[in-house]
Amino acid sequence: MPKQSKLRFNKFGSGILKGMSVTMKNLLGRAITTSYPEHKLVVSKRFRGNDFVWYPDKCTGCATCAKSCPQGNVKVVTKRGEENAYDVETFEIDTGRCTFCGLCVESCPYDALCLGREYELAQYRRGGLVLSKKDLLESEARQPSGYFRPKIEKKLPKQTLLLERAGRKKSKNGSSA
Amino acid sequence: MEVRTEPFVLNLGPHHPSTHGVFRMRVTFDGEVVTDVEPMFGYLHRGIEKLAEGRTYTQIIPLTDRLDYLAAMSNNWGYVMAVEKLAGVPVPERAEYLRVICGELMRIASHALATGFLINELGAFFTPLMYMYREREKILDLFDMLCGQRLTYNYMRIGGVSHDAPPEFFPAVKQFVREMPSYIDEYEGLITTNEIVLSRTKGVGVLPRNLAINASASGPFLRASGVQWDLRRKDPYSIYDRFKFDIPTGQNGDVYDRYWVRINEMRQSVRILEQALADIPKGDHRSRVPHLLRPPVGEVYGHIEAPRGELGYYLVSDNSIAPYRFHVRPATMINLTTLRELAVGWKLADLIVIFGSIDVVLGEIDR
Ligand code: SF4
Ligand code: SF4
Repeated sequence: MPKQSKLRFNKFGSGILKGMSVTMKNLLGRAITTSYPEHKLVVSKRFRGNDFVWYPDKCTGCATCAKSCPQGNVKVVTKRGEENAYDVETFEIDTGRCTFCGLCVESCPYDALCLGREYELAQYRRGGLVLSKKDLLESEARQPSGYFRPKIEKKLPKQTLLLERAGRKKSKNGSSA
Repeated sequence: MEVRTEPFVLNLGPHHPSTHGVFRMRVTFDGEVVTDVEPMFGYLHRGIEKLAEGRTYTQIIPLTDRLDYLAAMSNNWGYVMAVEKLAGVPVPERAEYLRVICGELMRIASHALATGFLINELGAFFTPLMYMYREREKILDLFDMLCGQRLTYNYMRIGGVSHDAPPEFFPAVKQFVREMPSYIDEYEGLITTNEIVLSRTKGVGVLPRNLAINASASGPFLRASGVQWDLRRKDPYSIYDRFKFDIPTGQNGDVYDRYWVRINEMRQSVRILEQALADIPKGDHRSRVPHLLRPPVGEVYGHIEAPRGELGYYLVSDNSIAPYRFHVRPATMINLTTLRELAVGWKLADLIVIFGSIDVVLGEIDR
């Protein structure tokens, strides 16, 4: 015996009218979306973007980052340099396999590796996703993010919050910050 | 004269917008009426349990993000809690508060989505869902501020959380908590008294109380059947014994009650958030834990009340840097086992609504 749901209307569909009034209210309000490629939002200060920044002068070649990566993604090859120090020959991160967990950045004892703030880094070839020494240097387009780097975090601009752009009435007199 | 029809077998999914990911149901129909449902999963199997056995305890945390990806914070939390129990790691007070704040924000985000998908399943394709996405987006922004990602947080650490909250975090959460009740009212305006919703959900897909308990269902799915069972109360973990909140329960265990329970749980989460924000102490956010943790030989089961029900982690340690066995008890997989009992006798369109009301996440089911 098939079970059947019953259509029940109370008071001429007042429930539907109530729903429509919610729709109308939002229809007349301000748009809260952003049209993306033209307008961009400011990302979080601790943003873990699709990118890394590496500082060769700070890096000692200790390979702690490589050891802490769950994917085995960071490749560090060193050779003996002068005065008992290591020379970093290869430093490679395969962003195609990276999950951007940030554990490598967290574990670097010398703040030599940072996550980046970029997110538009599509490539035509998989090989382009492997970042080697010279791709990892800091530049205008490749800025470090403040993830586990509190000094950098302090200098970064404020993140855009949807909460502030689409707040309810009260938020006019500023959030209590 | 009675017309006899042949039973008709339909493979619903794995690529179907209403299967919430890649899930296949082998449904047998008599005309339009469902006579049998056979859930088939495994399309999203990534071998997370096995992968975890080859990783250190810290490296597993990003894996847990990928279980229930709509409530990744709760997954992080359940896992680190199990490890802390196993290794006897203390957690600073402030970290516990931050975890509660994240856990409850995650619950709101997850339930908002579950509510939105209910209307989606009823045929209002994605437009009304955007109301719920709006609040979820605000919460994701807040998490982004904390840990730099919107979905795969990797925020909790063994013995605390990875970062302390930045100064602009608490005012923003306070604003969110202040505004959220009015948004929940808005959802209710859209759904609670809507005649179409009522007639499609009341009395549909009833899960009787006994069956719910016997199937060891949990979460809002269980509570909708009138069982007052919430791990935050029944086995208070973390600091949940300090907060005042109610456990909403349904009466009939139908699709409507599941929706109703979720709406009310969001209100309770707002209440918990208010209390947690008022009491949060200053101090450390992370205790010192060796980089390569070696818990003593033994086994542990740690469970939390995730948005979808009881999420448990079972770990066996052999005193090495990686667990010997890592097992997840996913809430929705166990809830899903009742699908046949719920759906047989209903029509195809109702099957979709019933399935949606379980609120499954395939990442967690297939692992
Ligand atoms: S972010 Fe995570 S996955 Fe990526 S290289 Fe660093 S440790 Fe490895
Ligand atoms: S980036 Fe940091 S952790 Fe990695 S090799 Fe250099 S100094 Fe060591």
